[in-house]
Amino acid sequence: MKFREQGMKAVFLICAASSVVFVFLICLFLFINGIPPMLELGVVNFLTGTNWRPTSTPPSFGLLPMIITSFITTAGALVLGVPVGICTAVFMARVCPKPLYRALKPAIDLLAGIPSVVYGFFGLVIIVPMIRDIFGGRGFSVLAAIVLLSIMILPTVISISEAALRAVPETYYEGALALGSSHIRSAFFVVLPAAKSGILASVVLGMGRALGETMAVVMLAGNQPRIPGSLLEGARSLTANIVLEMAYATDIHRDALVATAIVLFVMILTINLTFSFFIRRGGR
Amino acid sequence: MALVNILRFFKGRKPMDIALTALVWICAAVTFIALLSIIGHILYMGVGHLSPELFELVYTSDNLSMLPAIITTIQITGLALLIAGPLGIFTGIYLVEYASRGSKFVGLIRIMAETLAGIPSIVYGLFGMLFFVIFLGFGFSIIAGVLTLSIMILPLIMRTTEEALKSVPDSYREGSYGLGAGKLRTVFRIALPSAAPGILAGIILATGRIVGETAALLFTAGSVPRIPENLSDSARTLAVHMYALSSEGLHTSQAYATAVVLLVTVIFLNAVSRLIAKRFTKG
Repeated sequence: MKFREQGMKAVFLICAASSVVFVFLICLFLFINGIPPMLELGVVNFLTGTNWRPTSTPPSFGLLPMIITSFITTAGALVLGVPVGICTAVFMARVCPKPLYRALKPAIDLLAGIPSVVYGFFGLVIIVPMIRDIFGGRGFSVLAAIVLLSIMILPTVISISEAALRAVPETYYEGALALGSSHIRSAFFVVLPAAKSGILASVVLGMGRALGETMAVVMLAGNQPRIPGSLLEGARSLTANIVLEMAYATDIHRDALVATAIVLFVMILTINLTFSFFIRRGGR
Repeated sequence: MALVNILRFFKGRKPMDIALTALVWICAAVTFIALLSIIGHILYMGVGHLSPELFELVYTSDNLSMLPAIITTIQITGLALLIAGPLGIFTGIYLVEYASRGSKFVGLIRIMAETLAGIPSIVYGLFGMLFFVIFLGFGFSIIAGVLTLSIMILPLIMRTTEEALKSVPDSYREGSYGLGAGKLRTVFRIALPSAAPGILAGIILATGRIVGETAALLFTAGSVPRIPENLSDSARTLAVHMYALSSEGLHTSQAYATAVVLLVTVIFLNAVSRLIAKRFTKG
């Protein structure tokens, strides 16, 4: 009996340790394959080079266009998506009539569950032609990716912000009312600031989702490996760079793609760590 | 004149209040119009394209059947849950029932789980290719895809298990100990059954994530459009099938039909998860 108790405890412990092992394995295999070529090409050259010509002789691997494109699409998606998301969260937490809420809440969960390839397809048949009609050009553009990504981050921003808003003690709201503030002002100027760390969390998670999104961006952004001159030009994100070329890449080319993944991985890790640092400081 | 009427209607309300109220309604409307237009468009355009030849057992470049992809999806989902399910649930049990509160090890596992949850699926795909496909020599195979996906959904199952177990009142456990049950029996007979609906809801969410995954599978399970005969065969899931169809740009109607099947599956899974979670909060 004693043996079984201890045995199962060990099994649970081993399972718990597995996630540590997986993170270790992922880091190990990415770094083993990606760091040597990065050093070989020169870290600075690799990160700041503007030419990505993996198949020409001699090949050149400059990742800067992809880094900039990932940055622009993510920032754009946040600029469009976050205000709408936060306002919708205020609506859901404070304004929405109850019967309407019962219909809308599952809708937001559903928005989070739609596969990214379906989002991408929707963008392909609706957003791309729309941009082509309004602005001219081919339609496959940074702007198309931004519009779609801003929709895709909405459920993350809304559901986490809403939970944060609901976690604010009701006394804050009542206190504001007692001081003569109106319903909507109390929600915006008292409850919303009180929930700011949770809302920041929602933005950071949304950022991670936008930065890491692959299929939807590949299908819409046009994928030219150059620094986009305007939002209407096509460009290629870090994620797209991997997915587009991995199928036929060999040798140094393949390693350069693994290095691309390392850059992406480090960017997301930095965002997450900075964020948890701020949360811990805010919690004190 | 109309403007005067509108102004009269808002008399006594401060302009800021009106503006803010309008703002939240408009933002909410934008969100739900976006959702409705995606679902509405796909269903409206796609249902008409669902033809019997899309469900033939063998894929050819003429019929573009999605049935092999559907079967592959079911197999991969089942296998991935079989691996990640116990692993995630046991981790949750360890974190809630065994580890002492605030221990360093628990902190470490939580950071690792957050890291895993933040890794983009394409990075998982790349890792799966480097580790399972090349290093372990599995080749493009559904087992490589299954193992990659198992790691990907692990943090989700772990977190939902942890939350579900935490919401089981301590008095249940104390009652069990009081009646003479050991730790293990208390975990499996008392804590786990009480937390089961929450865990199940998490597993269904994980199912949805697998069904919709593309980037992590392209370079692990590959994209051969046939029913896999064993674990080392390469095969494509429905989401990969849909990507293949729409990226070729020639098969829009088949892509619409595939999107309908994917969307209906996701809607169904969400509804089931919601139903279970609701029963959970009621009971």
